[in-house]
Amino acid sequence: MIRARFLVLWLAGLLVATMIWLSLGRHGNDGPTPPQTPDSAATIARGEYLARAGHCSGCHSARGGEAFAGGKPIETPFGTVYGSNLTPDHDTGLGRWDATDFWNAMHHGRSRDGRLLTPAFPFTNMTRVTREDSNAIFAWLQTLPAVSNQPPANTLPFPLNTQAAMVVWRALNFRPGVEPPEPDRSELWNRGAYLVRGLGHCEACHAPHNLLGAVVNPPFTSTPLTHEPLKSNLVGGWLPGRDWYAPSLSSASEAGVAEWSTEEIITLLRDGRHDHASASGPMAKVVLNSTQWLTSEDLLAVATYLKSLPPIESPPRKAFLSDSVRSAGQRLYEQHCADCHGTTGNGDPGRYPALAGNRAVALPVAANVVQVVMHGGYAPGTVGNPRPHGMAPYAPLLNDAEVAAVVSYIRGSWGNTAAAVDAQAVGRFRRLRAD
Amino acid sequence: MIAWRGSGRLIVWLVLSWIMGSGQISQARGSDLQGPTLDGRIAPCMVCHGDQGRAGRDAYYPRLAGKPAGYLLNQMHHFRQGRRHYAWMTTLLEPLPEPYLTEIAEHFAQLNPPYAAPTPATLPPEQVALGQRLVMEGDPSRELPACTTCHSTHLMGLQPSIPGLLGLPRGYLIAQIGAWQAGSRRAHTPDCMATIAQKLRPYELAAIAQWLAAQPVPPLAKPALDPARKLPLRCGGVGAA
Repeated sequence: MIRARFLVLWLAGLLVATMIWLSLGRHGNDGPTPPQTPDSAATIARGEYLARAGHCSGCHSARGGEAFAGGKPIETPFGTVYGSNLTPDHDTGLGRWDATDFWNAMHHGRSRDGRLLTPAFPFTNMTRVTREDSNAIFAWLQTLPAVSNQPPANTLPFPLNTQAAMVVWRALNFRPGVEPPEPDRSELWNRGAYLVRGLGHCEACHAPHNLLGAVVNPPFTSTPLTHEPLKSNLVGGWLPGRDWYAPSLSSASEAGVAEWSTEEIITLLRDGRHDHASASGPMAKVVLNSTQWLTSEDLLAVATYLKSLPPIESPPRKAFLSDSVRSAGQRLYEQHCADCHGTTGNGDPGRYPALAGNRAVALPVAANVVQVVMHGGYAPGTVGNPRPHGMAPYAPLLNDAEVAAVVSYIRGSWGNTAAAVDAQAVGRFRRLRAD
Repeated sequence: MIAWRGSGRLIVWLVLSWIMGSGQISQARGSDLQGPTLDGRIAPCMVCHGDQGRAGRDAYYPRLAGKPAGYLLNQMHHFRQGRRHYAWMTTLLEPLPEPYLTEIAEHFAQLNPPYAAPTPATLPPEQVALGQRLVMEGDPSRELPACTTCHSTHLMGLQPSIPGLLGLPRGYLIAQIGAWQAGSRRAHTPDCMATIAQKLRPYELAAIAQWLAAQPVPPLAKPALDPARKLPLRCGGVGAA
């Protein structure tokens, strides 16, 4: 009975949504159709650059496979989606596509055959990419060696695997269109906004997502604590699977950069580290394969935009650390951590980061520091930092209670005031996936 | 005229100091590559692979020290490309540039800390003797080459890419050859070791591992240098250092 009622509701919702979708039509900015001339070497080179700026390889290149030949599993809360083959293979890739087909995918989230793509492909951001840039990326992709590789079928459950579900999702979460530049902002700021909000799709991680997995946009974003509406949505978000937290770029206590110099921001995005911060986890891959390749002008533009994000004040916190956890944590810290990070958490600048006053350690959620303690990792090996230092994985060495104790100790010592974690919360991070 | 001379001298001085300066820089970088700064960088390796990569704290983590650099580099590629599976290795190696991996491989290859004592065999003597026979002679009737044909006569490996078989825990040998049999450990194609491992019967694998792990490592033993050696099978990746 409940099931039947649910089905009726669902169908009614679907009908309404379809009507909304049809009424919206495809009023998106289709951009001028370019003349069909052979792409110049400069266009192709720009396409490669833009594909890096968009970190396309992050989803379209699989481990052990050919570059951009797809097949990489992308875990979403709804099922596994596989990155598609972007090489110009006729049967499994984009061999039969033209620049307009590619534009339809980027701008409208539609495949060449008219099929609506799953939003695992961030077309809500890619729709902001200009026709000219879309064409350049396509021109470059067409120069890749054609690789025959048919990615596995997505494993989304019914009804999420239907086109009807895609229609509903779009009606609720998607408006195609390139955003016009903001006239009262500088050209540099607008370029930064274009890269961050469009091609770079930073909000895919750094913004909150709704129950349908869609990025929440202003004016619907609000701080979790004060519920004030915000002008930006880069206020922090969970990565799919909730195994990493992408910290707020608006908050000085998380990863906000309003107080940083543009040079510091540029250094972090280009080299993967600077004196008091480094990129780790998913962001290390973003630096490695995307931001380190940006020109200094584009890095400056991104830095300018990020610095302008409206700041959010975080209320002061007072952490409580029980004596037993403190002593257990301190003992483990001195045994395993102090050699590199120092007995007072002061680190060794340029080699091992300080933990005292470290924003990444004292985030409101402990996920990232638990990940680093359990699974270790190297800073990205970039042109600017080709021989990075790293951290060993301690999951093989420490049990959940020990990881919880040492993480709680680090988060609550030397002036850090972040909340303790317990063994149960830590345990769910123990499994490491190397996709 | 004086001004011209002055600036000419200045140019000569600038050029000379640039040449000398750049020489100093490259010298500094050269010593940095071999020197103590790498130790801090590979500290993460030591937590599992032991001090100087001499051996892990249990059979799961093999010794790195003294293995041929080409072999170590190949393994790092295998983990990154998904031909070997250990999520921690894959994740740690993922963001590291190629020259850095080579540097790390060469660093461990030139270390030679003492080996752990061998593990006395526990199987009946005739089975251990079977292990020895397979290692030293193979089984020509099944086209099973002797281990010594590739891993060198003294079984300490062959430069640049074939590892030694002595000084490894018995459990590690069984696990790795077993992984090759199951297809969960792979090397470059053609994967000769997979072909060989899949011919081994379970009791033969146990016997080989028992005998190998019971052999003492000769002092100062190193992988052999024998570029003329002909391998009995085609093996991918063994020439690549």
